[in-house]
Amino acid sequence: MPHILSIVTFLPLLGAAAIIAASLLIKGDKEAAAPAARWIALGTTLVVLAVSVLLTAQFDPSNTAYQFVEHMPWFAGAAYHLGVDGVSILFVLLTAFLMPICVIASWKSIEHRVVEYMVAFLVLETLVIGVFTALDLFLFYVFFEGTLVPMFLIIGIWGGANRIYASYKFFLYTLLGSVLMLLAMLWMAHETGTTSIPDLKNYEFGAQAQTLLWLAFFASFAVKMPMWPVHTWLPDAHVQAPTAGSVILAGILLKLGGYGFILFNLPMFPLASEMFTPLVFALSVIAVVYTSLVAFRQTDIKKLIAYSSVAHMGFVTMGIFAGNETGVQGAVFQMLSHGLISGALFLCVGVVYDRMHTREIAFYGGLTARMPWYAAIFLMFTMANVGLPGTSGFVGEVLTMTGAYQVSTWTALIAASGVIFSAVYALTLFRNVMYGPITNPALESITDIDKRELLLFVPLIIGTIGLGLYPNAILDITGPSVEALTTAYRAAIGG
Amino acid sequence: MIGTVTIQTLVTIGIFAPLVGAAIAGFFGRRIGDIASQAVTTGLLFVSCIISWIVFSQWTWGGLEAFTIKLLPFIHVGDFVSNWSIRIDAMSATMLIVVTSVSALVHLYSWGYMKEDDSRPRFFAYLSLFTFMMLSLVTAADFLQMFFGWEGVGLASYLLIGFWYKKDTASAAAIKAFVVNRVGDFGFLLGMMTVFWMFGTIEFAKFFPLIADKAGTGWEFLGYTWSALDLAGLLLFIGAMGKSAQFFLHTWLPDAMEGPTPVSALIHAATMVTAGVYMVCLLSPLYEHAPVASQFITVIGGITAIFAATVGMMQNDIKRVIAYSTCSQLGYMFFAAGVGAYQSAMFHLFTHAFFKALLFLGAGSVIHGMHHEQDMRKMGGLWKLLPVTYATMMIGTIAITGLGIPGIGGFAGFYSKDSILESAFASASSGHAVFGMFAFVIGLSAALLTAYYSWRLVFMTFHNKAQWKEEEGAAHHDAHAHDDHAHDDHHHGPLQPHESPWIMVVPLLLLSIGAVFAGMIFAPHFIGHHEAEFWRGAIFTAEANHVLHDSHSVPTWVKWAPLIVTLLGTFIAYWLYVVKEGAAKEMAAKKGPLYTFLYNKWYWDELYNVTFVKGTKALGDFFWKIGDVKIIDGLGPNGAAWASLKSAGWLSRFQSGFVYFYAFVMLIGVAAFLAFAIFTWGA
Repeated sequence: MPHILSIVTFLPLLGAAAIIAASLLIKGDKEAAAPAARWIALGTTLVVLAVSVLLTAQFDPSNTAYQFVEHMPWFAGAAYHLGVDGVSILFVLLTAFLMPICVIASWKSIEHRVVEYMVAFLVLETLVIGVFTALDLFLFYVFFEGTLVPMFLIIGIWGGANRIYASYKFFLYTLLGSVLMLLAMLWMAHETGTTSIPDLKNYEFGAQAQTLLWLAFFASFAVKMPMWPVHTWLPDAHVQAPTAGSVILAGILLKLGGYGFILFNLPMFPLASEMFTPLVFALSVIAVVYTSLVAFRQTDIKKLIAYSSVAHMGFVTMGIFAGNETGVQGAVFQMLSHGLISGALFLCVGVVYDRMHTREIAFYGGLTARMPWYAAIFLMFTMANVGLPGTSGFVGEVLTMTGAYQVSTWTALIAASGVIFSAVYALTLFRNVMYGPITNPALESITDIDKRELLLFVPLIIGTIGLGLYPNAILDITGPSVEALTTAYRAAIGG
Repeated sequence: MIGTVTIQTLVTIGIFAPLVGAAIAGFFGRRIGDIASQAVTTGLLFVSCIISWIVFSQWTWGGLEAFTIKLLPFIHVGDFVSNWSIRIDAMSATMLIVVTSVSALVHLYSWGYMKEDDSRPRFFAYLSLFTFMMLSLVTAADFLQMFFGWEGVGLASYLLIGFWYKKDTASAAAIKAFVVNRVGDFGFLLGMMTVFWMFGTIEFAKFFPLIADKAGTGWEFLGYTWSALDLAGLLLFIGAMGKSAQFFLHTWLPDAMEGPTPVSALIHAATMVTAGVYMVCLLSPLYEHAPVASQFITVIGGITAIFAATVGMMQNDIKRVIAYSTCSQLGYMFFAAGVGAYQSAMFHLFTHAFFKALLFLGAGSVIHGMHHEQDMRKMGGLWKLLPVTYATMMIGTIAITGLGIPGIGGFAGFYSKDSILESAFASASSGHAVFGMFAFVIGLSAALLTAYYSWRLVFMTFHNKAQWKEEEGAAHHDAHAHDDHAHDDHHHGPLQPHESPWIMVVPLLLLSIGAVFAGMIFAPHFIGHHEAEFWRGAIFTAEANHVLHDSHSVPTWVKWAPLIVTLLGTFIAYWLYVVKEGAAKEMAAKKGPLYTFLYNKWYWDELYNVTFVKGTKALGDFFWKIGDVKIIDGLGPNGAAWASLKSAGWLSRFQSGFVYFYAFVMLIGVAAFLAFAIFTWGA
C-alpha cells in the first residue's frame, strides 16, 4: 500500500470530518447525531487499527533504517517526511489499539456533546500517530504540541468539577517545556541547515551545544513523562479527565516523553546524555520511591493510579539513560506495557465510577462479593501493575533495572526497592476496595461488569498476559533498532 | 526404563495438568458446579502425582538421565536469555514428588474440610494454580523462570491466605505475606542482576561451570568492592529468607495461618516455604565458593531454628504452634546447607514435607471436629473422640521430634534431623569451626524445644481433662466473620467434637506412611551410601567439603545427644502438662518477663509496625502533603502566578480562554519556525 503511513496518520482526521458532516446532515436536537458519531468513530478507529496491523506485518525488523518513508519537499528546507523504525511502529500500533477501546469506553458515559467528543478523540489520534511517524523537526513539533489542544478540550469540557485548575496546571508545565524545545529546534535547524531527524542523528554537535540542547529537550520531555519533580500536573489531570481521557493520557501521551528521549536526546546528544545520566538516574529513582509512597496515602482511586504511573515512568527514564541494549529495550517495553496496564486500571476505575459516581476509596469496600468478575480483572491488572512475572509489567521493570545495574548499582538497588512499595500501595488499594464485608448500603445492589465492559478488557488482558509470557513478540521488533541506537551511543561516548 | 521421549511427554503433561485444572475450575467453576470443579482439579493433580512418582522412581532406580526440555523463549535480549523450560534432575525430581504428593492429598482433604464453603471452585483453582507455579519454580532452568514460579507461588499464597476475604485479619495477613516476600524478592532480583553482569548469563547450565573461575575476585557494588561470589550468594539468600520465613523476614508466616488449614499444610509447611532451601541447595556450586555467604546462611538458619522454637513453646493457637515449628525446621535446613551438607538439607526438606503436612492436616481435623476452635486451652481429652486423628498426630509428632535409636532406626525426622546435627558437628572439625559448632549447639538446643512444644501440643489437645463443654458452641465470632462464605457451618448447636469424614482421614493415613517410612527408605539415597549415584551432580560439593562423609563417623555421644535432649523435652512437656496438670497454666498466669517476651514473639511485629509500617505512612504523607502540595505546587503553579491571576480577576477570563491561548502560543511557535525558515533559506 503506497503512502501507508500517511493513510494511517490521517485516516482518523477523515473520520472526524465524516462525523462533522453527519452531524450537519442529521436533523434534530443537539444529541441527534450522537449514535452516528459513536459508530463512525468506532469504525474509523477499527480501520486504523487494521491498517496498523497490516503496517506492522509488512515491517522488516531486521532492517534498522526507517521504513515506509515518505518524503516530499515542503517549503524552505522543511519536508513532509514520515517513516517508522522498530520502536515507533509499535507506538503507532499501541495508539491504534487503545483508540477503539476508548471509543467503546465512552459509549455510555459521555452523554453530551458526543459529536465534539468523538471529533476531539479522532483528531488526537491523528496527532499522536503523527508524532510517532514524523521524521522532520517541524512536522514533529506541530504534532507534538498539537496533541495538547484536544487533550485540553477533553479534560476541560468533559472533565470533573475541578477541571479548570487541572487544565491550568497541565498548561503551565507544558508551556515552559515547549518554549525551550522550540528554541532548541530553531537553533538546530539554523546550525545544521536541515530539519531532517535522520540527518540530525548523524550530525555531531559540539559538547557545549549538546549540553544546552539536551537540557531544552529534557525540559519538554520530562514534563510529558512526567518526571519528578514536574509530575504534579498528572494526578490532577487524571482525576478530572473522563475515563477514556485518562486511558489516552496514561496510555499514550505520557509515552511521548520517553519516545522523545529515544528520538532526540540519546542519539543526537550522546555526550550530554552521558553527562546528565546521574541526574536522570537520581530523578528516576526518586520518582520510583517518592511517588510510590505518595500513592500509598491517596484517598482517591484515580489519583493513586496516577501516582503509580509516575513511579512506573521512573523505570522508563532509568532504562533509556542506562544506554545499553537491556535498558533501552526494557524502557520501550515498559512504555508499551504500561500503556496497556494503566489503560486497563483507569478503565477499572471507570467501571465503579460509572455506577457510583465517586472515586473515594473509603466509599467502597467488599466489592468482590457483588462483582466477582470485576474482582478477577481488577486483581489481574493490580498484579500486572506490581510487576508480577507472567504479566507484561514484569518484563520492563526487570530489563530496565538490569540495564541500570551495569551503569550504577545504587540506581538498580533503589529502583528494585520499588517492587516492595508498588506491592504496598497496589494491594492496599485492592484490599480497601474489594475485600472486607460490604458496609456501605449503597453498594448492596452494585452490578458486575456487563458484556460491553468485558469487551474492553479482553484485548487488554490478552495483551498483558501474552506479552508477559512471550515478550519477544515485541522485543524482536524493537531489537535491531535499539541495538543500532545503543551501539551508536556507546561508540559516541567511547565506551 | 521408559524411553526418553515418553518421559519428556509425561513430565510436560504432569506439569501442565494442574494449570489446566486451575483454568477449568477458575473460569468455568460456576458453570460446571462445585463437584465437577473439585473432581477435575483433584483428578488432574493425581495424574500429576503419578507421573512425578514415575519420574522419581525412574531417576532413583531406573537410570533416567538428567534432561531439560525447552518449550518456548521467555525473554531474549542480548545475553539476557531465559527460556520456558522443564529441567529434570535429582533436585527437581525430589521436589516433584514432594509438591504433587502433598498437593494431591491436600486437594482430597479439602473435599471434606471445605465442604460447607460456597466458593469451592475458586479454592480448588487457587490450590491447583499454586501447584503449577511451584512446579515451574522447581523445574526452571534459569533464574528468570525460577523467579516467575517464585512470585507465582507468592501470588497463590496471597490469594489463599486472603481466601476468606471478608475477614479483615485475613486480607491484612495476605498483604503482609506478599509484601514481606517482596522484600526478599528485592534481594533475589539484585542477586540475579549481579549474576548476569558477573557471568553474562542467567541460565544455570551456563552459569555453574563459570563459577570456580570467579572465586577470589572482587565486584563493585554500591561503591565497595565485595568478594564477587559472596555478594551474589548473599543477595540471592535474601530472597530465600523471605520465601522461607527466616529471621527478620519471618513475621508473615504465623499470620499466614489466617488461610484455610489445607493451605497451611500445602503452602506454608510442605512446599512453598521450602523454596528458599531448594534454591540454596540448587545453587550449591555458588555457595561452595562463597564461604562468607554460607556462614551468613548458617547464622540466620541457626537463629531462626532457636528463635521460632522459643516462640512456639508459648503459643496457644494450635496452628501457630505448628507455624513456628515450620519456621524453626526451615532454620535447620538452612544451617545444614550453610555448613555444606546440602544433601541433609534436602533430605530434611523431603521428610519434613510429610510429617509437617500431616501435623497441619491433623490440626485441621481437630479444628474441624471442634467447630473452628483453634485455642488449645479450650481443647483437651480429645483422643477418644478423634482416635484416628490422634494416632496420626502422634506419628507426626514422633517424626518431627526425630525420635529414634542410633544404629537401629526411627521415624522420618530421625534420619534427616540427626544427619543435620551430625553434619554440623562434623563441619566444626573441618574448617567451619566456629559456625559448625554454633549450628550444632543451637540445633541440639532447638531439638529439646521441638520435643517440648510438639508434645505440649499433643497433651493440651488430646490428653487431660476436657476444657470444653458439650452444651457450649465454640467461639464463632472470629471464625465466622465471613458470613456467607463461612466454611463448614454445620452444627451451630451444642459442641460435640467428632472424628472427620474418611475423605479427610485417608490423607492423614497416607501421610503417616510417609512420616514413618520416608526416612528409612530414602536415607541411603539422599545422604547414605548411594548419595553420589542419587544426586548425580545436581548437588555440587567442593573437594574440600567432606561434611556429609564425616557426619557418618562422628563420636558416639554426638549420635546419642539428639535422642537424649528429645526425651528430656518430651519429659518436661509430660511433667508440666500431664503429671502436674495445670502447672504450666499457673506459670503462664504469672506473666513473667521471659514468658511475656516469648509469648509476644520477641515483639517483632510491634517493632516492624512502629518502624516500617508507621514510617512508610508518615513518609508517604510527608512527600504528598509537604513535598508535592506545599513545596512543588507551592513554588510552581500555585505560587505567585496563580495568586496574581486570582487577585487580578484575570482568572475568569483565563479559564475560558486558555485553551485558545495555548493554541495561539503554539501557532506563534509555528509562525516563528516559518519566519525563521524563510529568513534562513530564503523562500
